Amino acid sequence: MKHLNEYRDVELAHGLLRDIGRKLTQPWVIMEICGGQTHAIMRYGLDQLLPSEIELVHGPGCPVCVTPLELIDKALAIASQPGVIFTSYGDMLRVPGSGRDLFSIRASGGDVRVVYSPLDAVQIARQNPDKQVVFFAIGFETTAPANAMSVLNAQSLGVENYSVLVSQVRVPPAMHAILSSPNNRVQGFLAAGHVCTVMGYWEYEPIAAQYKVPIVVTGFEPVDILQGIYKTVLLLEQNQIAVENAYTRLVTRSGNSPAQNVINKVFEVCDQKWRGIGQIPDSGWRLRSEYGKFDAEYRFSVGQIQPDESPDCIAGLILQGIKKPHDCPMFGTGCKPEHPLGATMVSSEGACAAYYRYSSSPLIPTSQVILD
Amino acid sequence: MMAEQPLPDLEGSVCPVPLKHVEQVVMGHGSGGNMTHELVKRAFLGPFDNPALRLGNDAAIVDPENGAQLAISTDSHVVWPLFFPGGDIGRLAVCGTVNDIAMMGAEPRYLTAGFILEEGLEISLLEKVIRSMQLAAEEAGVHIVAGDTKVVQRGKADGMYINTSGVGLIEAGVHIGGQHALPGDKIILSGPIGDHGIAVLAARGELGFDTTLVSDVAPLNRLVRAILQASPNIHAMRDPTRGGLATTLNEIARQSNANITIYENTIPVRPAVSAACEMLGFDPLYVANEGKLVVFVAAPDAERVLAVMRASEYGSLAEIIGEVTSSPSSRVLMRTALGSTRVVDTLTGEMLPRIC
Repeated sequence: MKHLNEYRDVELAHGLLRDIGRKLTQPWVIMEICGGQTHAIMRYGLDQLLPSEIELVHGPGCPVCVTPLELIDKALAIASQPGVIFTSYGDMLRVPGSGRDLFSIRASGGDVRVVYSPLDAVQIARQNPDKQVVFFAIGFETTAPANAMSVLNAQSLGVENYSVLVSQVRVPPAMHAILSSPNNRVQGFLAAGHVCTVMGYWEYEPIAAQYKVPIVVTGFEPVDILQGIYKTVLLLEQNQIAVENAYTRLVTRSGNSPAQNVINKVFEVCDQKWRGIGQIPDSGWRLRSEYGKFDAEYRFSVGQIQPDESPDCIAGLILQGIKKPHDCPMFGTGCKPEHPLGATMVSSEGACAAYYRYSSSPLIPTSQVILD
Repeated sequence: MMAEQPLPDLEGSVCPVPLKHVEQVVMGHGSGGNMTHELVKRAFLGPFDNPALRLGNDAAIVDPENGAQLAISTDSHVVWPLFFPGGDIGRLAVCGTVNDIAMMGAEPRYLTAGFILEEGLEISLLEKVIRSMQLAAEEAGVHIVAGDTKVVQRGKADGMYINTSGVGLIEAGVHIGGQHALPGDKIILSGPIGDHGIAVLAARGELGFDTTLVSDVAPLNRLVRAILQASPNIHAMRDPTRGGLATTLNEIARQSNANITIYENTIPVRPAVSAACEMLGFDPLYVANEGKLVVFVAAPDAERVLAVMRASEYGSLAEIIGEVTSSPSSRVLMRTALGSTRVVDTLTGEMLPRIC
């Protein structure tokens, strides 16, 4: 914890804020990719402390927010089947599918369990040989190694009753999609430090060159984020196009090779639908055919589920940084974390949830009566 | 190769129908946060409506005809595992009701205990729980004067559930309640937050981490008595149990129609709690406590009350953590260590660990 406190140091943070202010000569729009960074920005109120010339917009880096509706409906269909233990990272339980969520499935008798690691799900499968154990393998490059490892683990242990429902997404293609949009406003990026811990940052160099945007690999503590912003501002002000690393305590240019090897062994790149954004070429991973027997979509024949999204919220525009949560008429009134209308409000990493939880500017009606 | 096609048209795109969970009880309804409050409001407050209930305090104050004021409260305990570092379901069951009564400024006197036992429960384990209740009752100075026992089929309960109810006496001149916090009041917290929630979570063994943390479960009525003796200007007290400190402060802000400002770097949190919360993606402000209280006291008396609390074994690490301000928006704001201000909201539903 001492180590962590250093990255929350008040003097260091204020020093960086002063440095950022001194370098600024004009307004800049910077996107932080990762939902974890969005939450840190709101939780520590960094947006209030930064000079008004810096506009932070929030990217699509919340894995829960971008998991497509049909995958959630497939998860609900599988989890409701008798003889199934459905395991998931906790955040996914609250995401509504078409009319239900995993909480409802659990309340109706489904065996839905939160796990902290997919390897725990493999363990549950070994302990329950008469049940089918499914893990909801969602996430970015950060969760991909552990999700892939669970498949290798199940295979090497001969665990036949384990399978994964995969919705893996990759950051670089999403950045391509954002930057090639005619509505793009983003001038510089804070790349997601934990994605880069796994993948390195060489993938971002062609993106920076092609779209002429500086990209700075950034961590998650207040001092990390301010340092990422400072480096981005320096590059922008000097009109320099480069990828820089402000998270050197974890990230190298080439990343974590053993983790990448595990990913590449189990997954192959595929086109992927992002909730709120749409289909992005090459932006996902799916199981390679040699691991097809671990694919829950085939094991449970749910491939045909294709629901329609209903048009109530602007999560897609928020995920691309075009709109802010406050711009949504439903924010804080019709849409709250306990009754989310959109995925950005559902996840603890979602931008709307971050605004709702921490932002002091909107007046949120509160009319609860209390009884303990 | 990366294709460079523009994004699809996004006008009106992405949201599913909202889920309000109004047809079926889900775990979030028991979180102590917003979902609990909404269920209580929707299901109970209308049919049971009366002035004592409407106030929404930890215990109801009733005024029998002889003039004495009584505080009455009830609390059910479903904790699992039954035994955890620092406590067990029996100690929790006694302290929970003792504390709810004490928070009204009342002296808890008599408890009842109702047991729902699962077929197959070992009697020796039951006796261990009863012994623990006896010790907690002695520590608090209360008597368990009536009880009830029911047995349900194996698989219908987690070993045992315990309900306790209690009554306490309120001395003349004591007017304490969540609705009485006043602008200018200082807020004192009796010690570090989150110990109970993290200790119980670790004891479940599902998280793959060990900790030396112990639950803070304790009867707070002696501490309350000392506080009341130190100042006649105590306006509100509450023990931040389910939903944590954040939810408790929000309840009082709404009841008193006042703003609350707290200061991040004054709130005591043990390093082990901070570390576990960092790992799990929890905020200590929302983690349960079972032996802490917050006191709202007129500012001139704050230091005196703080000193008395620190002299007690139940409040030795007490701190002044904030104050009540007059803005009528009924919100809790936190001044962060960095100098920014953010909203501290009520717990929403079930606390979920984050994904990464």
